[in-house]
Amino acid sequence: MTHLDSAEPVVSMQDISITFGAVTALDGVSVRLFPGEVHALMGENGAGKSTLIKALTGVYAVDGGTVTVQGRRLSFSSPAAAQEAGISTVYQEVNLCTNLTVAENMMLGREPRFLGAINTRAMNRRARATLERLGLDVDPASTLGDHPIAIQQLVAIARAVDVDAKVLILDEPTSSLDADEVEKLFAVMRRLRSEGTAIVFVSHFLDQIFEISDRMTILRNGRLVGERMTADLTQLELVQLMIGRDLEVLEKLERELGEEGSTVVDETPVLRAVGLGRKGSLLATDLEVRPGEVVGLAGLLGSGRTELARLLFGADASDTGTLEVAGRRAKLRAPRQAIDRKVAFLSENRRSEGVIADLSVADNMLLALQATRGWLRPIPSATRKKLVDEYIEALDIRPADPDALMRNLSGGNQQKVLLARWLITEPDLLILDEPTRGIDVGAKAQIQQLVADLARRGLGVVFISAELEEVLRLSDRVVTMRDRRKIDERTNVDVAVGDVLEIIAGDARAEEVGARA
Amino acid sequence: MSTQLRPAPATTPPAPGGTGPRGTGRPSRGRWHALRTYQPSGRFLPILATLALFLGMLQVGGLRYEGFTSSQVILNLLTDNAFLVVLAVGMTFVILTGGIDLSVGSVVALSTMVAAWTLQDGWSPVAAIVATLTVGTVLGLLTGMVIHFFDVQPFIATLAGMFLARGLCYLISVESIPIRDDTFFFLASEPIAIALAPWQGGVVIGLLALGMVAAVVKRAALRSALLPVLVGLGVGMWVTLLLMGDPELTTTYSVVIALATVAVAILVLHRTRFGRTVYAIGGSEASALLMGLRVGFVKVAVYAVSGFCASLGGLLFAFYMLSGYSLHAVGMELDAIAAVVIGGTLLAGGRGLVVGSLLGVLVLGTIQTFISFDGTLSSWWTKIVIGALVLLFVVMQRVLTRRQS
Repeated sequence: MTHLDSAEPVVSMQDISITFGAVTALDGVSVRLFPGEVHALMGENGAGKSTLIKALTGVYAVDGGTVTVQGRRLSFSSPAAAQEAGISTVYQEVNLCTNLTVAENMMLGREPRFLGAINTRAMNRRARATLERLGLDVDPASTLGDHPIAIQQLVAIARAVDVDAKVLILDEPTSSLDADEVEKLFAVMRRLRSEGTAIVFVSHFLDQIFEISDRMTILRNGRLVGERMTADLTQLELVQLMIGRDLEVLEKLERELGEEGSTVVDETPVLRAVGLGRKGSLLATDLEVRPGEVVGLAGLLGSGRTELARLLFGADASDTGTLEVAGRRAKLRAPRQAIDRKVAFLSENRRSEGVIADLSVADNMLLALQATRGWLRPIPSATRKKLVDEYIEALDIRPADPDALMRNLSGGNQQKVLLARWLITEPDLLILDEPTRGIDVGAKAQIQQLVADLARRGLGVVFISAELEEVLRLSDRVVTMRDRRKIDERTNVDVAVGDVLEIIAGDARAEEVGARA
Repeated sequence: MSTQLRPAPATTPPAPGGTGPRGTGRPSRGRWHALRTYQPSGRFLPILATLALFLGMLQVGGLRYEGFTSSQVILNLLTDNAFLVVLAVGMTFVILTGGIDLSVGSVVALSTMVAAWTLQDGWSPVAAIVATLTVGTVLGLLTGMVIHFFDVQPFIATLAGMFLARGLCYLISVESIPIRDDTFFFLASEPIAIALAPWQGGVVIGLLALGMVAAVVKRAALRSALLPVLVGLGVGMWVTLLLMGDPELTTTYSVVIALATVAVAILVLHRTRFGRTVYAIGGSEASALLMGLRVGFVKVAVYAVSGFCASLGGLLFAFYMLSGYSLHAVGMELDAIAAVVIGGTLLAGGRGLVVGSLLGVLVLGTIQTFISFDGTLSSWWTKIVIGALVLLFVVMQRVLTRRQS
């Protein structure tokens, strides 16, 4: 689609800069959006994609630079102003009101009215028409909260589509959709593109980027790396541009990880669960983790991976079975008891069960250590500083500022801070639930490397991830879960992704899952 | 580049004719099946519970005490609590956004004072009424602005408003000021005959019955709203029967004003952008902001609405008491909040109906009627029963919302 160069950009952002306190989130970034193109915004977490989007949609005020929409210089003071200028957004987390109906969520703020009163019938009719245009069979009068997340996401897109926006911004719209739904979304995107809409698409799935986008702007550390046509790039080159270092380094790292054979010495297991279960969440399951061993938990979402982890940590109490930590029987009723026995747990819900957004990086890091010491024994400030600086450096947390507010960090860096929080307590067993979800390639590799290092130093690790390749790369043993129980356990020697997929899928569903993966 | 395992596509069991995403439902397997699996939308469950409670209490009262369910006694539930109905309406707006307004009781007292004082000063009744409503609305507006612009907790800001309004009462007078104005007297006690002749009642009931038949025939189009519509028509029939029950039946202008307030509030909440924004803010303020709704304006405005309702309630209270006094309506804000909660509105915001608050007030009124009919019960039993009911409803809401999420 190279003809686009001749056209006039519908939106042009020039030299945009945004700072939060001492953190520079964007530094002189320029982006052009042309009508009738899908424009991918690429970069690692923390590169400034979200900030740039929020600047364009009027959520953040721009500190420097200009925004031009259809030849007119504008400065958006609010999301409403941006919407009026024809810029619609679908955010990563569904930003709708689950207490209202589907139609209301699509039409809020622009309902059809008769003499000042909302015409519910006309509203439902218009909502249904838009939903049908997207190929969605949803009752517009039903409550949004009654629908699964994927449908809510599509309703959010339907809302954006209904405005007939000139610019449609899709921030990670596919992260909660399955393959069919992604196809549906792409079909809609293609149609909108042919109608002349400029679409900004942000996704961590490179395959999807290459399938749908025409042009991309690449950011790194808040700076512009460049604008490229998708057709001119390979995936490798793109990753190289995004992370800004040679891909060989990455590959070498991965190879190193791969070569580390299992060097587990047979010792007392740090953790042994026999017949551990909980009514309604997990059937009786055995698990053993030895020092220096990485046990990977594979399985689909809802297979019992997270439920098992929560039982091991005492976040949920078990009904059946026994648990031994470091050879001694333990009945875990609360996370506190697990922490006292040197078990650490990194939850998959980074936002709600980990990050305390209004505290500084240092405070967030020291939280668990302080808790184990008890509140009456404060950590000396010299020790605090030493520990925090050490871990900021070791985990390469950016910005390297202990006083930065957690909310201003990117997802990947927040995750590293949370990891540091537990590492500071020097645990014997580390349970990681989806530690790399929503994190870019670079940070992902760093975290994987870290896990491997930790295991080498004698920690037992339980590693949970939806990405099978990752599980297989890191684990010494792979435990596969399905339907709330363990269905397979094998030493990770030449286990291929396909093998695990087959186990997960059983017989009947093997093809289906294979096709979706 | 990576093998992402995705969750199996989420399948929600389709609820035939219910709230499922595929609302068209599966082919019917007989009437019994449709009946057994019928699910009214979760939105209406709390209010249906309140209605059942109210009717149940009337039933029990009717069995225990002679004349408890006579038309005039039931109508007096409204007459005696008209001011509380208006307060509860204003409170519903605030609670729907997830806020709270503790100042309404004091604003009621201040309103009775302002009205009595201005009348004593020789103002015309209209001027006195306008002045009273203005004072309440401006106070609410200021509170709302403090809450919004300085990002103060509603609890604290309205607590300050509560002390301020109560203090202002004493500034006007420490003594009670009697109201002797003719217009106020007229509004307070002029009876309005509202009894229906048998043929009038017959026509209304006939129309409501036709509506019921139509609703059952068109049940597919009504989907999950079917049960609430049928219940609503049934309640309409019951009210008509009440109005036919006693040819001497009268009510006052206070009741008319209170019911008109309820009707306007329903229209505003369900038929205007302002009203839908109130619900949206209660559902998720951040989302409402990102959807480009006028969150700031609405947040300030709900406190102005509550202030207006409080002063209007104060006027009705002045009609009822025919005096202005600084110690009027102490703790009435809590009665209003209790009525809203018993009416099924979620304290966290986003869910609830004004009609529920009306029912909540009626339930509170029924408890009082119980005690006055019994004669041997101490009035403290009112508080104990209200306490138990509030607790019950809060727990019920918790269970319902948990099941939904």
